Amino acid sequence: MEPPRSCGDGAEEEKKPRRRGGGADAGPPQLRRRSSGGADGAAGPQPRERGGSVSRQRRDSVRKNRPLFPWFGLDIGGTLVKLVYFEPKDITAEEEEEEVENLKSIRKYLTSNVAYGSTGIRDVHLELRDLTLCGRKGNLHFIRFPTHDMPAFIQMGSEKHFSSLHTTLCATGGGAYKFEQDFRTMGDLELCKLDELDCLIKGVLYIDSVGFNGHSECYYFENPTDAERCQKLPFNLENPYPLLLVNIGSGVSILAVYSKENYKRVTGTSLGGGTFFGLCCLLTGCSTFEEALEMASQGDSTKVDKLVRDIYGGDYERFGLPGWAVASSFGNMMSKEKRESVSKEDLARATLITITNNIGSIARMCALNENINRVVFVGNFLRINTISMRLLAYALDYWSKGQLKALFLEHEGYFGAVGALLELLDSA
Amino acid sequence: MAERGGRGSGGGHGSLDKSITLPPDEIFRNLENAKRFAIDIGGSLTKLAYYSTVQHKVARVRSFDHSGKDIENEPLYEISVQEEITARLHFIKFENTYIETCLDFIKDHLVNTETKVIKATGGGAYKFKDLIEKKLGLKVDKEDVMTCLIKGCNFVLRNIPHEVFAYQKDSDTEFRFQTNHPNIFPYLLVNIGSGVSIVKVETEDKFEWIGGSSIGGGTFWGLGALLTKTKKFDELLQLASKGQHTNVDMLVKDVYGGAYQTLGLSGNLIASSFGKSTTADKEFSKEDMAKSLLHMISNDIGQLACLYAKLHNLDKIYFGGFFIRGHPVTMRTITYSINFFSKGEVQALFLRHEGYLGAIGAFLKGAEQDNPNQYSWGENYAGSSGLMSTSPDVYPMQRTRSGTFDMLEMDRLERPLVNLPLLKDPSTYIPDTVDLTDDAMARKYWLTCFEEALDGVAKRAAASQPDSVDAQERAEKFRQKYWNKLQTLRQQPFAYGTLTVRSLLDTREHCLNEFNFPDPYSKVKQKENGIALKRFQSVIESLDSLGWEERQFALVKGLLAGNVFDWGAKAVSDVLESEPQFGFEEAKSKLQERPWLEDSYSQWLQRLKEGPPHKCALIFADNSGIDIILGVFPFVRELLSRGTEVILACNSGPALNDVTYSESLIVTERIAAMDPVIHSALRDEKLLLVQTGSSSPCLDLSRLDAGLAELVRERQTDLVVIEGMGRAIHTNYYAALSCESLKLAVIKNSWLADRLGGKIFSVIFKYEVPCK
Repeated sequence: MEPPRSCGDGAEEEKKPRRRGGGADAGPPQLRRRSSGGADGAAGPQPRERGGSVSRQRRDSVRKNRPLFPWFGLDIGGTLVKLVYFEPKDITAEEEEEEVENLKSIRKYLTSNVAYGSTGIRDVHLELRDLTLCGRKGNLHFIRFPTHDMPAFIQMGSEKHFSSLHTTLCATGGGAYKFEQDFRTMGDLELCKLDELDCLIKGVLYIDSVGFNGHSECYYFENPTDAERCQKLPFNLENPYPLLLVNIGSGVSILAVYSKENYKRVTGTSLGGGTFFGLCCLLTGCSTFEEALEMASQGDSTKVDKLVRDIYGGDYERFGLPGWAVASSFGNMMSKEKRESVSKEDLARATLITITNNIGSIARMCALNENINRVVFVGNFLRINTISMRLLAYALDYWSKGQLKALFLEHEGYFGAVGALLELLDSA
Repeated sequence: MAERGGRGSGGGHGSLDKSITLPPDEIFRNLENAKRFAIDIGGSLTKLAYYSTVQHKVARVRSFDHSGKDIENEPLYEISVQEEITARLHFIKFENTYIETCLDFIKDHLVNTETKVIKATGGGAYKFKDLIEKKLGLKVDKEDVMTCLIKGCNFVLRNIPHEVFAYQKDSDTEFRFQTNHPNIFPYLLVNIGSGVSIVKVETEDKFEWIGGSSIGGGTFWGLGALLTKTKKFDELLQLASKGQHTNVDMLVKDVYGGAYQTLGLSGNLIASSFGKSTTADKEFSKEDMAKSLLHMISNDIGQLACLYAKLHNLDKIYFGGFFIRGHPVTMRTITYSINFFSKGEVQALFLRHEGYLGAIGAFLKGAEQDNPNQYSWGENYAGSSGLMSTSPDVYPMQRTRSGTFDMLEMDRLERPLVNLPLLKDPSTYIPDTVDLTDDAMARKYWLTCFEEALDGVAKRAAASQPDSVDAQERAEKFRQKYWNKLQTLRQQPFAYGTLTVRSLLDTREHCLNEFNFPDPYSKVKQKENGIALKRFQSVIESLDSLGWEERQFALVKGLLAGNVFDWGAKAVSDVLESEPQFGFEEAKSKLQERPWLEDSYSQWLQRLKEGPPHKCALIFADNSGIDIILGVFPFVRELLSRGTEVILACNSGPALNDVTYSESLIVTERIAAMDPVIHSALRDEKLLLVQTGSSSPCLDLSRLDAGLAELVRERQTDLVVIEGMGRAIHTNYYAALSCESLKLAVIKNSWLADRLGGKIFSVIFKYEVPCK
């Protein structure tokens, strides 16, 4: 997330080292329900001590040292809502008996469908099976839907009487704040709002540690500079620190992570997935991210971009710049003739290349400034986006002369939601 | 051309014909003597540089041989006007569409050149190579773009005061000009052309491309053209300046709702550029999209620049390239971005002559055998267009013209200029006391003051050359030119850097020279020097008759009274014109009684009484006649008698009735003939006459003759005396020196006196001792 306009001095928070469990903005959640009579909406900081002022009602209900079902983690981003749902598979007959109707209906609804409404999707291929969480065995489901459908989601929760389950809904992302009031008024639900960077890191470390159904969660591209020999290979992130975590959602956040508890937000950029998709909509008239990527996969960006060789006829040796490097993104579009001769696919491709290269460039500079050589890229911009991932791998390797390594994670955009779920469990 | 007709040159707005006829005396000046050429052809603008010799008139004074003649009725010395040849650099910027017309014009007017090659740089050098070779018959010799850019950048940073400025939003003065730092290295140059190049410059010859970005001016232009169907770069900027990016960008508050403040984030931060346009159903306005694009690109460039600056530990970033080129919106967004990403640790800096860097560099590459870097150069205010206003809506006419022909002229100075070694901190020294760019009231006053004095100055200029048939005509041209400069400065006070009384005075001198009025006051000075010399001995006798303490006061009073004789001050020139009898005694009677407006005379007297004699005093003299002869010399004589050596510094060239170095030589010789103290001091080199390197009525202690600086060091100078309104009030009033200093002047302008809390003829006597 970055800069802007017309705001005075917005981002003092940047680069402040943030220790989990430490500062006022980084502590674990305080769990409260409306009925507990807490000072909802008060502007002052909430008490954040772990195991601190937990309401009596809640304490009564965590006899088994774990929260009540259902277990959700919610990450409400600028464009997409990411929802993880833990489906217990070890439900005893007695439990089944006791399970209230509402809860059952939610479980059945989520697990028996792969699509919800016209826009909700369950990423079945990402499902983590036979996971043990808080002593319970089950499957972790990954569901996403556009943020603009958030009101419908809350409406559904209300219709399914979610609030009667006396559970806590842990949510992170900007939408946790934006929709807090809607949850309260429409759904009679009090959100437990969580810091998005805390959740992100927690999620990444957790999923990497449990692995992806027996496979490695983390991978990289070998020989990224060689199109023929380039291949995706597992990467062992057993000893992950320090690492640079680049989260590409609508915008981009870049974090330097030194340990589980110690990380800082280095910077961010507003040129992210939202920019790619937004520009593609304007330039090509497409209406979905998938459509934009599909067009990009068929286009040729060199018709749109001005390359070094277009200016210098070859490499620019004075500066050691290869002829194939992009000198000016969209630079050929200064010419009327060329504007008339490019296809929508070419424009989509150029947009993708521009945004990706720029993220690679900023990430590389941050890695150099922070003296970190492993860069992990996450976020939904990378979903089904092999072009960008390979380009990031290539760019980091080429411009750092092999010093930097780009890593990727299979669950791309879901780590914030996973982190939110983990906070729910930790709080118990 | 920016200069012509600051007003009233109506019509022709944006419709200049390609077959324009070029007035030879105003554009491509001195072309007939052009020696070397360089050309920088960019995407839309061509910059031509040439080096030519300029023949202009200079006033020379030469002592008569008085042996056996009746000294009484002869003038003191002879004044002759001679032709002098000096070197000048010309830079002209015009749109590429005029290139053929210009090449034809150059061909027709090129007479004396011997050169066979033209140095060329810029992207268009390839495209126009054949055309140039065919039209001019010169061989095109291509130079690397970045090398030229950096050479040019170093050159302007070193030679042009107030070259660098920071852009400030929401301020009366859009530009904050920077003091030239004695050490310009290292710095980061971020050139935003179609792409972005980031270059680290460490020394004159050492620079390194450390990075770049493909998101640059070409992205703004290309993507902007696709999004808005607007073809021209300038029009895109116009659109952007009217748009609302928040309609297109996803802000933090769009993601967080109203609760962003809980995170310590500003809700107005852009979370995702174009993040709101992720829909096929909605229409977005061209203005909004252009604005969003501008922010996206500026922020991105600023962020990368800061990351590179941090990695290389640099805090100065100069921005150049067509994306910047004087466009206020891009300067504003880049400045914003740099402040944001560096948290104020890095400064975004811009250059007044940024557009000329490539041409200057290419020229320097071709002129290496002339060693242009060995000399000091000065911007000629008469021949340069100055910086255009950045508000296209306010002065559309001027912008149009600036896009047509814009010029920069630089004079090669006779001798290299350096800092006075006694400046306490050269990097923070600012010569000028009042910044008229900042101070609107003072600006209005002084501009009016110079306007009102103009007719008189023009009249005097014409009168100074009674034998010349075209003196009237030239004086009128001078009047018109300076008038136009003043009008330009009313609208664009920042055109030549920080506007000051000094720059107004210097501009007038440049304009006078331009029309061959090298020294309008030569005859006045000659006469006044003659009269004053005749009174020298009696003044000395009366001083010598006084007791020590009385004499010290009389000497200081004499210095001050002498300083009343200033033709630059209207209040005085009126008196001098109407009362030819007005003399030394009359002047003394005009002076304010003690306590003076600024009065540290007692400390000075105590210093003289109790301290050891100074080793060496450096005195900057002001006016000819009574001032130097009856004011300064008796004071010098007293210092010499105390055992203090004296360096007397006078201007190299004429300005108003200020005494010049060559006049001071003759005057001193005459005084030495009468006075044994002066005589022996000259003989024993205890009294040294030097030139300042300047031709200004004011004094810039950071640009002084290298010989003077050397002597100051050699003689271990421990006292600096600065005399006169121009040198001690308009400039240097707040100058901090590392040794004792005396700044004294009589305020001969009632407005200024009023400002300082005094009346006309109030006295400034400022004795300062540096705090240990």
